[in-house]
Amino acid sequence: MAKRSSGLSWLAVLGGTSFVLVALSVAMIFLYAPADATQGDVQRLFYLHLPAAWLAYVSFFIIFVSSIAFLLRGTPFWDRLARSAAELGFIFTTLVLLTGSIWGRPIWGTWWTWDARLTTTLILWFIYLGYFLLRAYITDPERGARYAAVLGIVGFVDIPIIHMSVRWWRTLHPQPIVVRSEGPNMPTEMLVTMLVTLVAFIVLYLFLLIVKYRIETVRDAVLELRAETAN
Amino acid sequence: MWGQLLAILYRDLLSEWRAREVVIGMLVMALLTLLVFNFAFDLTGAQRAASGSGAFWVAVVFATLLGLGRMTARERQDGAWEGLVLAPVERSVIYVAKLLSMVLFVAIVELVALVVLAALFDLPVLRPGVLVVLALGTVGLCALGTLFSVMTAQAKAREVLLPALLFPLAIPVVIGGVRAMMLELSGAGAEAAPWKSLLGGFAVLFGALSVLTFGVVVEE
Repeated sequence: MAKRSSGLSWLAVLGGTSFVLVALSVAMIFLYAPADATQGDVQRLFYLHLPAAWLAYVSFFIIFVSSIAFLLRGTPFWDRLARSAAELGFIFTTLVLLTGSIWGRPIWGTWWTWDARLTTTLILWFIYLGYFLLRAYITDPERGARYAAVLGIVGFVDIPIIHMSVRWWRTLHPQPIVVRSEGPNMPTEMLVTMLVTLVAFIVLYLFLLIVKYRIETVRDAVLELRAETAN
Repeated sequence: MWGQLLAILYRDLLSEWRAREVVIGMLVMALLTLLVFNFAFDLTGAQRAASGSGAFWVAVVFATLLGLGRMTARERQDGAWEGLVLAPVERSVIYVAKLLSMVLFVAIVELVALVVLAALFDLPVLRPGVLVVLALGTVGLCALGTLFSVMTAQAKAREVLLPALLFPLAIPVVIGGVRAMMLELSGAGAEAAPWKSLLGGFAVLFGALSVLTFGVVVEE
């Protein structure tokens, strides 16, 4: 029990740090960073959008690595890690699509455009959805973990191919003229805000990943106990 | 190994020949999809090479999905799948045999659908380039489809799960297939080369990946 309580306090420090960093970055986004000369205040969404996009893809990479490790080792650690990363990845992918859409409306004049990056991210969102459905619909947890690992590997390998095919598809197709330059150089204030937000998101991500991992561990234990009492 | 492969292939083809439910069902699905598309979009105008290719590939994807579902349902009858898995055969051989029979069934459907497409929408479909595009795309689609159909065979909502897994991951096949076929049909076959290599690469990559992971999927 002593080990457990010290772990909890360590986690509390990480949680507190992420809270402070996120609060700092929100303050910087609204108070420190200047309004964009051409885009105005909407540009402030970009500070959330970029870290969310990175973490959405990082999550899938974690799933990929854990899936390979799980198939090779078969230890529950890797499966739980993949499960935790999948849930966070789905949340961040949703966040990317939502912030992008809100930003796109005033800047591009449309909620959605079939640009290569947007389309790939949308497909990534659907792959995450399929991943959850697979886990939910396969009742045997051991089998579900194996199948999810196969999907994690196949899906990750597919993402660059999807991106490539969508990019070719767009270039071979007339494209609406999309102005999306942020201007040639970013002011220092913007860059600093960006970096602080990025660090805040990474720390928050680590915190959430560990918390989620613990929840998954407890859930596994509950399922095991339930199976034992049923027998 | 080749003997085992042919034996499983023979088993699948024989049971299909006796029941005749997979290919017929797929064919009806594909033709009805083309019919419905005719009302949804203009398939006879100047843009018909583009819209016809799109309608054709959607019909093929739907038919493949239906066929995979029927094949899985048949394996579940009378312990057929358990018998196959208990046989002293490498898992990868089972996978390749399943893939080949599925490719064969889809190919039959595609050939009939092509003739219908040519007749109804006045498209010059009988070109070697079109057949190459179909062959490459079909192998890629069935490579992932066969893997996923075995994975979803024991799931609660199979018919929901299979498309949820297959559609997003098969998008390169749909994009590549539609684009390459459109270029072939509009006489610009030379421009279709990058798309053909995309389809071929997809088929090889996911065929190999499925062979590698199939042992994990049927580990009982």
